[in-house]
Amino acid sequence: MATFTLPKNSTVQPGQVYKAEPGAKNVRSFKIYRFDPDSGENPRMDTYEVDLDKCGPMVLDALIKIKNEVDTTLTFRRSCREGICGSCSMNIDGLNTLACLKPIEDVQGEVRINPLPHMPVVKDLVPDLSQIYAQLRSIEPWLKADTSAPPDEERRQSKEERAKLDGLWECILCFCCSTACPSYWWNGDRYLGPAVLLQAYRWIADSRDEYTGERLDQLQDPFRLYRCHTIMNCARTCPKGLNPAQAIGEIKMLLAEREG
Amino acid sequence: MSENLKRLETPLARVRGFGSAKNGTHHWWMQRATSIGLLPLTLWFAFSIAARAGSPWEVMAEWIARPFNAVLLIVLISVGFYHTASGLQVVVEDYIRPDRSVMAINLAIKAVLTLLGLLAVLSVIRLAV
Repeated sequence: MATFTLPKNSTVQPGQVYKAEPGAKNVRSFKIYRFDPDSGENPRMDTYEVDLDKCGPMVLDALIKIKNEVDTTLTFRRSCREGICGSCSMNIDGLNTLACLKPIEDVQGEVRINPLPHMPVVKDLVPDLSQIYAQLRSIEPWLKADTSAPPDEERRQSKEERAKLDGLWECILCFCCSTACPSYWWNGDRYLGPAVLLQAYRWIADSRDEYTGERLDQLQDPFRLYRCHTIMNCARTCPKGLNPAQAIGEIKMLLAEREG
Repeated sequence: MSENLKRLETPLARVRGFGSAKNGTHHWWMQRATSIGLLPLTLWFAFSIAARAGSPWEVMAEWIARPFNAVLLIVLISVGFYHTASGLQVVVEDYIRPDRSVMAINLAIKAVLTLLGLLAVLSVIRLAV
C-alpha cells in the first residue's frame, strides 16, 4: 500500500521558542520546520517571534532576518528574492509558494513554514530535488531539430506560433505544483508530475521543435502521464499563476487525436 | 520512493526505468467516453425505476422485457461494469504496492466484474426473451 502516515523518525516534535526583543510592538510568530539529519533527532517546529516593524514585507525577508539576527543554523534556499529563480519554494500557511512573493500580511496569525511536501529533506526547508531534476532531464527540455538553423539567423517562428508558448515559458521550475500533487506524492517514482509535464508540453508546443512525435511516444505511459487525475492542486498553488493541468490536458488530447 | 531497498543507481536511470509503456491513451479515452455515455443512461434508469417504485414483480418484469428497455439495460450494464473496472484499475494502480500485486489484483477485479456483468445481462435476457 501507499504510505499515508509519517515514519516514526519523521514525526514532528514541538521545538524551541525564540522570543522577540523586549519592547517590540508589532510581533508575529513564525513556526518553522527544523530537521538536521546529522543530529539523529526527529524534526521539530521552532517558533521565532519577529518584530514586523523591523522586517521587510515578505516571508523571505523574515526568514533572512531570523537567519541573520536570531538563529544562523536555519537553512533554506533563496537567491533572486523577486520570484524568478524559484529557489525559495516552500509550504507557507498550508500552500506551496515562493517565500519571496508571499506577503506576511496575507497570513492570518502565526506563519507556519514547512519544506515542500513529500520530498526527502536535506535540512530544514531544503528538499532533495535530485529525482525531480532527473525527471526534468528525462523529457529532454531543449530544442531538438534535424533541419539546421538558417545561416547567421535564428530559427523563425510566427507570432501565432510563439503565442502558443505563453503560459508555458514563464515556469521557473520551483516545483510548488509537483509537490502539491497527491498523485505525485503516491507515485512520484513513476509519474512525472505537473511541473515536468508542463515543460514537456512547452517543447511539444514549440513550432521549431521537430521531435513532437518522439516526445509524445515517451509520455504515452499509464504512469508517466496518466497518473494526472485533474485534482488541480497544481494550478491552485502555482506562484506564477500558470495552469500545469491544462498543459497536461493538451498532451492527453494530442495523444487521443493521434490514436484517431 | 515506494520501496525501501538500498538503490545506488543514478536518479536518471531510475526515472528512465523501463521506458514508456506506449499505452494508457485508450484506457483514458474509454474512461471519458463511458462516463459521458453513463450520464443519460443512469438518468433514464433512475427516473424509470423511481416512476415504478413499489410496483409488483409482474409489472417490473414486463417493463424490463420490452425490447427498448431491455437493450438500454444491457447497454447500461455493459458500459457501467466496464467503467467500474477501469476506474478501480486506476485506484489500485494509485495506491497498491508492489507492482506485481497490482497486476494480480487488477486481473481479479476484472474477473469478478465480468462475471457480475454477464450475470446481470443474462438476467435481463431471460426476462426479455
